[in-house]
Amino acid sequence: MSTVTTTLRETWILTQRDLRHWLREPWGPIFGIAFTIMLLLVFGYLLGGAIELPGGGDYLSYLLPGMFALSMMFGVEATMAAVTTDAKNGVTDRFRSLPISSVAVPVGRAGADLTNTALQLAVLVVGGLLIGWRATGGPGAALLAVALLLWLRFAVLWIGIFLGLTFRGEGSMVAVQVLVWPLGFLSNLFVPTETMPGWLAFLSQWNPVSATAAAARELFGNPTGITDGVLAEYAVLLAFAWPLALTLVFVPLSARAYRRLDG
Amino acid sequence: MTDTVPASPLVARGLHKRYGATPALDGFDLEVAAGTVHALLGPNGAGKSTAVKTFSTLTRSDRGTVRVAGHDVRRSPAAVRAAIGLVGQSVALDEVLHGDENLVMFGRLHGLPARAARARADELLEVFALTDAAGRKVSTYSGGMRRRLDIAASLIRRPSMLFLDEPTSGLDPRGRSEVWATVRRVVELGTTVLLTTQYLDEADQLASRVTVMDAGRVIAEGSPDELKRLLGGDRVIVSTTRLTDVAAAIGGVVDEERRQVAVEAGPGGGSAALLAAVRALDAAGLAVDDILLRRPTLDEVFLHLTDHPTEGAAR
Repeated sequence: MSTVTTTLRETWILTQRDLRHWLREPWGPIFGIAFTIMLLLVFGYLLGGAIELPGGGDYLSYLLPGMFALSMMFGVEATMAAVTTDAKNGVTDRFRSLPISSVAVPVGRAGADLTNTALQLAVLVVGGLLIGWRATGGPGAALLAVALLLWLRFAVLWIGIFLGLTFRGEGSMVAVQVLVWPLGFLSNLFVPTETMPGWLAFLSQWNPVSATAAAARELFGNPTGITDGVLAEYAVLLAFAWPLALTLVFVPLSARAYRRLDG
Repeated sequence: MTDTVPASPLVARGLHKRYGATPALDGFDLEVAAGTVHALLGPNGAGKSTAVKTFSTLTRSDRGTVRVAGHDVRRSPAAVRAAIGLVGQSVALDEVLHGDENLVMFGRLHGLPARAARARADELLEVFALTDAAGRKVSTYSGGMRRRLDIAASLIRRPSMLFLDEPTSGLDPRGRSEVWATVRRVVELGTTVLLTTQYLDEADQLASRVTVMDAGRVIAEGSPDELKRLLGGDRVIVSTTRLTDVAAAIGGVVDEERRQVAVEAGPGGGSAALLAAVRALDAAGLAVDDILLRRPTLDEVFLHLTDHPTEGAAR
């Protein structure tokens, strides 16, 4: 077998392993989806009535692409938890002592996490359709929106791998679970940035997740809540560029953390 | 490498490794004979795990050479990985997968086709008495069962060299004896074992050769018996209330405080001295509370060596 097919085979074996985890212990992903749905209900129905969008439009239609992007971002927790568990209990060291390609382990994780995410996203999309959300931008644009959402998840995956390999203490997971919140709110996921004070609006607009949410809204044909600024013009481009930049930074960092895992 | 047959599966020369300012290995040498269990004995922080990680390509030494199964760990790490099995300090299994699924997965990662991996898994489960538990999640296993499966997982490709890093730490006595039986089985199957341990009785039970290390260096090496001889010979100890009579009958030294009489019997002379003492006591009609044969334990040797590292450098 050539190197490439061997690596693909090893990657597939490791992907299968992670997929089997969810089949056997599905509560993590199920609670993840339930939690996102709860947020959707809180914002969509409890708070949403009081929120008005710049440029007009239905808040629930605005909110849903934001929730899709949020669940991509929250994926960092799932990846980090899985990576930390493997690193802590020595499974990663066993993989490292095997005669397998060193990229098979992280790429196997990527394959499994993206499969899982695609399923979660499908559940959220169906849920959205049930409560009246519609994608009106055409099938091609909708597919591109989904691709950009998964592209964000792909970038977040490398952040999760890096964090999971680097910070293995008891508190790190909790720290990440807490820190995703300010990062999630400091964006256009829940409310348009144009209603925020200047500097907060600036930070929120340049939050990578805002670009993905804005692009998804645009492509799904939903209200964007944006009348001006960089995301009004370049949302799709930025939704491609941001994850690319994050990936380019965190892939080498993860690779280094993996090699250094001998402390 | 020398041309002696069988070639030594592990030769390490002059290893140095620092973590920051702390030397973990400080001029460490080791040679393991094929088909044996070799124990690396030392207190926490002696450098045992660093040595094993260096041998198994998980970490690189700053200086020195290691050849495992004839391959240089630095130049051909992949060949080394293909020839070794590693059992780390913590049990490296997927807790969510079943016992057999773990073995099949690791087998396939070792390059076995699915069917061959399945067959090898069944074989190993049989050898290590885990067939009944094969279909259960590893998280339901006892400590000893996990370790057995862990060791089985490292034997999938019949490695010529197996590294066991403190395989019984944290196990109850039953788990320990399970693992000991497993290690003996591994050697019978033709694999050379290098075992690190803090437990002297473990080295005594399993190893034909023991290297005592402290602060990254070898401070003594030999068979368990040779090491014990460093501390002198066997003793027969009689506990009694009639100290003077007993001492006169068997020709021993009285320890008033412990109410014991001890007879020095020299290296290996313990059982003959014990029989002689029993006969003498019987002939004199003396009853005693207890009589025992005491050989120097590796614990004593170890304390002796690590307390007086300069005197103990018996290489």
